[in-house]
Amino acid sequence: MNILSRGLLALASLLLILTYFFPLWKIELIAPQYPEGLRMFIWVNKITGGTEFDLYNINLLNHYIGMKPIEPEAIPELKIMPFIVGFLIAFGLLSSLLGKRVLLYAWVITFTLLGIAGLADFYRWGYEYGHNLDPNAPIKIPGLAYQPPLIGTKQLLNMLASSYPDMGGYIMGLSLALGFVAIILDIRLSGGLRMEVKPA
Amino acid sequence: MLGKKKLMVGGLSALVVGALLTGCPPKKEAVKTSAVGVDAASKVYVPPGKQDEFYVFFSGGFNGQVTVYGAPSGRILKVIKVFSVDPETGYGFTPETRPMLMTSHGFLPWDDTHHPWLSQTNGEHDGRWLFINANNTPRIARIDLTTFETTEIIEIPNVAGNHPSPYGTENTEYVVSGSRFSVPVPQRDVPIESYKENFKGVISFIKANEPGKMDVAFQILMPGFNYDLARCGRGPSHGWCFFTSYNTEQAHTLLEVNASKNDKDFIAAVNWKRAEECVAQGKAKEMPATYYHNYYDEKKHMAVSEVKKSVKVLDPKECPGVAYFLPTPKSPHGVDVSDDGEYIVGGGKLATVIPIHSFSKMLKAIEQKAFEKEIDGIPVLKYDAVLHCELEKPCLGPLHTEFDGKGFGYTSCFVSSEVVKFDYKGCKVVDRVPTYYSVGHLLIPGGDTKKPYGKYLIAMNKITKDRQLPVGPELLQSAQLYDISGEKMQLIHEFFTIGEPHYAQAIPADKIKDKVKKIYPLAENEHPYAVKAEKDARVERKGNEVHVYMTMIRSHFVPDNIEGVRVGDTVYFHLTNLEQDWDIPHGFAVKGSEDAEILVMPGQTKTLVWKPKAPGVYPFYCTDFCSALHQEMQGYIRVSPAGSNVPLKYYTGTPPTAQK
Ligand SMILES: [Cu+2]
Repeated sequence: MNILSRGLLALASLLLILTYFFPLWKIELIAPQYPEGLRMFIWVNKITGGTEFDLYNINLLNHYIGMKPIEPEAIPELKIMPFIVGFLIAFGLLSSLLGKRVLLYAWVITFTLLGIAGLADFYRWGYEYGHNLDPNAPIKIPGLAYQPPLIGTKQLLNMLASSYPDMGGYIMGLSLALGFVAIILDIRLSGGLRMEVKPA
Repeated sequence: MLGKKKLMVGGLSALVVGALLTGCPPKKEAVKTSAVGVDAASKVYVPPGKQDEFYVFFSGGFNGQVTVYGAPSGRILKVIKVFSVDPETGYGFTPETRPMLMTSHGFLPWDDTHHPWLSQTNGEHDGRWLFINANNTPRIARIDLTTFETTEIIEIPNVAGNHPSPYGTENTEYVVSGSRFSVPVPQRDVPIESYKENFKGVISFIKANEPGKMDVAFQILMPGFNYDLARCGRGPSHGWCFFTSYNTEQAHTLLEVNASKNDKDFIAAVNWKRAEECVAQGKAKEMPATYYHNYYDEKKHMAVSEVKKSVKVLDPKECPGVAYFLPTPKSPHGVDVSDDGEYIVGGGKLATVIPIHSFSKMLKAIEQKAFEKEIDGIPVLKYDAVLHCELEKPCLGPLHTEFDGKGFGYTSCFVSSEVVKFDYKGCKVVDRVPTYYSVGHLLIPGGDTKKPYGKYLIAMNKITKDRQLPVGPELLQSAQLYDISGEKMQLIHEFFTIGEPHYAQAIPADKIKDKVKKIYPLAENEHPYAVKAEKDARVERKGNEVHVYMTMIRSHFVPDNIEGVRVGDTVYFHLTNLEQDWDIPHGFAVKGSEDAEILVMPGQTKTLVWKPKAPGVYPFYCTDFCSALHQEMQGYIRVSPAGSNVPLKYYTGTPPTAQK
């Protein structure tokens, strides 16, 4: 790894520290009765509401359609995620220190795989909540599931539900992107040089 | 037809008298019904979804309440119950709020509210509290403007007819009270004919700047006149409060004649800083008196009453310099201090002039001892020594004046039904406009502060016949909104008000709206009977009392089935609304309840007391349309005969198999 790539990898790893301080994802519900919206933020280790009471009120509304209450304490992912991110930070910093090219590749691949797994898990989570409804729910609409979109906006009954990454998510994306840039630079600066030598 | 004739004759004679007194020709528009141009609509139109610029607080007169309107739209926003019970929310019915209406005369669920007053800091509205008087059984209430609820009431001893009240000082140090009806002090059994010897007026200063701690700081013993309205000074006149008086003749019967004899009555100028000195020097006497102080704790959701047993009373003879009389023609109603704090405008309701006193001249006259005489230790200043000028022939029946901050005063004129605008320094009338009809007080937002907003004027009229669809002999009162931003006053809107508003105060919405509470946080609920989670809901028997600790949330009660109650029991439904979402109250009512229903706000606890009289199964239900399943928000309570042994049992959902 050249010095530039090592620096970028270190920067990418350090950036991840910020994800402990910003929400990764944001789900927002807007309805005629909720013009101000109800918001839910997903962090590496917790779920919070837009206001002190949003989560409480989202659960209160969800009970009409028989959706399981969202209880952050009961979600195992929130307990694991801080360690996964911690591992990525440590792994990235160590790799940058050791400067081995294979470690850079390994870091980026691990990160990518974890990201895909995370999104898949998030989709599964949304699917579970949206489909696994209490059969005794007061409001039942045949054929309608209440799964929020993975990314995007969708009308669910009276609610306009939107789901987008938040600051922490963008930071993660940036960190991964830096990893890719580090690889590209590494190829350009080492491999590219060799290519120039050959014709000469 | 007869009625019409009477009206015309009455109207004509008023106009004739008007012409004689003022020399003004009868004005055609004064008897016409409308003078509003079409362009006025755009000045008061607030489109749906947009909010008004001002909150306006109208007193409710005989309904004992306060009504909140938005201006300029004239849309009603809320009715605040103050000295009246409310079968809608349970105010005055629930054990939590009954103490608010306790007085030395017992539980008094009504009164007569006249003058709202908004708290001030440095002579400007600060949007913290609204105070209002109870005229009949002298009390002053504090309304908290974060919740728009009544949170404190203090009774005023030694006073009858708390009319000049609760005008306050520039930092809300005090709000004041005075006797409209002088009475024996202390109360005792004496012939009414002994009025002159035995009857006294009392002016009180109520400590107001700390919620929960209102207190009668001191009272000043005054001659037995009728004290009518008041206003405290600001800027240079801070430290003084002014009170009008009539019946300086000290008549006690047929006052319409007997109290209208003197050419001049008085404005009493009271130096409260001087009074504070005298009280500090121990010159006030502790007088036995029984009066109540009631306070609603927003965390405990509970009011408590304390009974006070004595009051400090100051005799002006013992405290020279505490009060002076300013002669003022003739039966003055309003006494209003200009925004610069220098001019004191009297409203002599039988006078043909509006007297404008000068505060600095008053101080000079006091210094030079320009006294006419002394009454009960209070010097009467020479009229000419304190007068800035007399505004000649302003109108008939001038009552009350507010200021626009641009050097103009606006006086309401009851008899001639109009508002006159005048330059108070130059002492000349510059404009006049009719009202419909018989205007009492008027209001300019901030018109009693150092910085009036000076954009609108609202006239509060007593008579509204021919202005609205008839609904029988009784009609609502009217409020008329004038644009006073230009040289000429222009009537732009009219709306109708509940009760008989005597006075109103208005404040820019920005000073309040962001501080308004949306819910009561459940976590802060310290009500002794609160249950904050459904799992804690329960029913307990204590002798003949059954306490139901019930929760309410969209769209069910816990418990919603209760058995084991017996005839002869008193059932206390302690309801906690578990919602934490704005505008989601739940209601509660049970069949045959002699008390009100109750509305419980999010995070709040309230109690409904119910005494079932016959065996049966009684439904209870939510009375406030809360959700799609509101109609399903209901339950049953089973009542068995006295002495029956039906076990106590309660649940929501699956009935318990093992019974308690
Ligand atoms: Cu309800």
